[in-house]
Amino acid sequence: MKKHSVGSLLFISLVLVIMYLPIIVVVVYSFNANTARIPIAFTGWTTAWYGKLFTGRNGFGGALMLSLRVALWSVGISCAIGTLGAVGMAQRVVGQKYGWFDPIMESLVSLPIMIPEIILGLAFMVIFNALGLRSNDMRLVLAHTTFCIPYVFLNVKSRLVGMDPALFDAARDLGASPARVVRDITLPLCRPAIVSGAFLALAMSLDDFVISFFVYGAGEGTLPIKIYSSVKVGVSPQVNALCTLMMGAVFIAVALSRYITSVRAARKKRLQTRVGG
Amino acid sequence: MSEPILRLDSLCKDFGEGLVLNDLSLDILPGEFLTLLGPSGCGKTTTLRIIAGLERPTSGRVFLEGADVTGLPPEKRHVNTVFQNYALFPHMNVFQNVAYGLRVLKISKQEQRERVMAALALVRLSGYERRMPSQLSGGQKQRVAIARAVVLQPKVLLLDEPLGALDLKLRQDMQKELKQLQRQLGITFVYITHDQEEALNMSSRIVIMHGGRIEQTGTPEDVYEHPRTLFAADFIGQSNLLHGVVTAISSDGITLDVEGVSLPALPSDTFRPAVGERAALCLRPQRVRYGSTAQHGMTLRGIIRSKEYAGGMQHTQIALNDRFTLNAVTQSAELDSYALGSEVYVGWSIRHAPLVPDALGEAV
Repeated sequence: MKKHSVGSLLFISLVLVIMYLPIIVVVVYSFNANTARIPIAFTGWTTAWYGKLFTGRNGFGGALMLSLRVALWSVGISCAIGTLGAVGMAQRVVGQKYGWFDPIMESLVSLPIMIPEIILGLAFMVIFNALGLRSNDMRLVLAHTTFCIPYVFLNVKSRLVGMDPALFDAARDLGASPARVVRDITLPLCRPAIVSGAFLALAMSLDDFVISFFVYGAGEGTLPIKIYSSVKVGVSPQVNALCTLMMGAVFIAVALSRYITSVRAARKKRLQTRVGG
Repeated sequence: MSEPILRLDSLCKDFGEGLVLNDLSLDILPGEFLTLLGPSGCGKTTTLRIIAGLERPTSGRVFLEGADVTGLPPEKRHVNTVFQNYALFPHMNVFQNVAYGLRVLKISKQEQRERVMAALALVRLSGYERRMPSQLSGGQKQRVAIARAVVLQPKVLLLDEPLGALDLKLRQDMQKELKQLQRQLGITFVYITHDQEEALNMSSRIVIMHGGRIEQTGTPEDVYEHPRTLFAADFIGQSNLLHGVVTAISSDGITLDVEGVSLPALPSDTFRPAVGERAALCLRPQRVRYGSTAQHGMTLRGIIRSKEYAGGMQHTQIALNDRFTLNAVTQSAELDSYALGSEVYVGWSIRHAPLVPDALGEAV
């Protein structure tokens, strides 16, 4: 084994401590039995906060459900719109109909990623109020869909750009109508890009605070908003419990995706060695 | 003569940057192995794509078995294509790739299975049904692409440089296989290549293309032995191209002045130059004879400038004067003993040195 110098080991430990100490504190405090409004002292272990998390008047159940509902709707809609947009744009390129306004269109579609969230949020609030749109769900889904579309669109488009245009020619040549080509060739080949775009969009939607804060009207709001408003009156141990759960979910998701990629890579490697023989 | 299966009638194609195809007309007969041969940019791929329906001609028509198909989309034409880089669907296995055209036609599962198996057997890939394209070698991918096209029993099979990506040995094997396959199926092949050797080996007829036009059409022997244009002479095989001016015409033939040397030549069916006109002699290196006595009745003399032994062949350069050097190729078995600088008689059979118009004056 390679020997590391004392200095480098010290440096690495320091960085890791700085990065992860706050998170560890949150996890530990989520089990703190101290019931003070702003608990500093650790007075004993309890799992009571987890039990109270989703029940009772101050529970996070409603906010979590709203967040999930909004995320699923906006991811679903943005997948449909983003994929259609990317496929349509790619067909214009293949059909040599690519004109001066196509690059402008592409920039316009991906612009919401660049615009500061606070401006987007404000803009949505103004327009929804002007339109008299009252439904919290509708307001949130519309706003989230808007900033989710670019993630799907850009992902699918880069996948399509890397594809051999002869594949579409070959399908036409074998008797498939243009619509059939999209169904049999384009969409199946874009599926990994759609899925990864959808996961990015999902993360963005669940995570969003600024835009949701501007857009939502009455009620407790989405999970990030609820967390924000509950710490205004002191860091409730419940919030620590919630954050611990969320981190656990993220950790499992990342581990799972790493595992899937490594299994795929291993399988690909195995196949390639077999072809070589 | 039988009716053409495919007729191209004055095709023009302009992508907005000048004509890629310039008034191209061609009749293709049933059962032919027709090769479109030319350098890249000569319009051969565009011609193929117009036949397939993947490209619309700017003007002109395409007839398939007498019916005008110019306006038909590719999926409505009874022709299929083998693409240059195979274009196998990466998310489908070999069976699904080959079955795709049948599936689109809604042919019964049972018949799909039988026809796919037969097509795979034809290209000697039985047992590979479940492999994915990424698990195949280049030659195997090529065979799947061929099976995928012939399973639909097209009237014409279009092949766009199908062997371009394979290495030399595999290419030679596949040439034989394709030729055999064509005989076996009796399907008309329209084959594209820029490799003149491939074209000479496989085709029943070669169409030499250049700058969006047809330079010459004929059997491999015909285009090799009797090139009609300078481009055809230069593109097919190795040649000494001797540019000169016609100085005399008699009943025996033509006298051409090349760099101060008078050479005898014969007019061809298509080219009878007048005195003073520019012309070029196309002399294959293997037709050049030299020795210590007059060759083929010619009294030309030259000096051996260089000799190169190249595995089975010897390449010799013979200078007739300062500006005029001939390349000769002889079998190494007949190795000569001439030292560099020796003077020899040079000659050739004038029937085997066709005269072509010297296009240098015109813009090509």
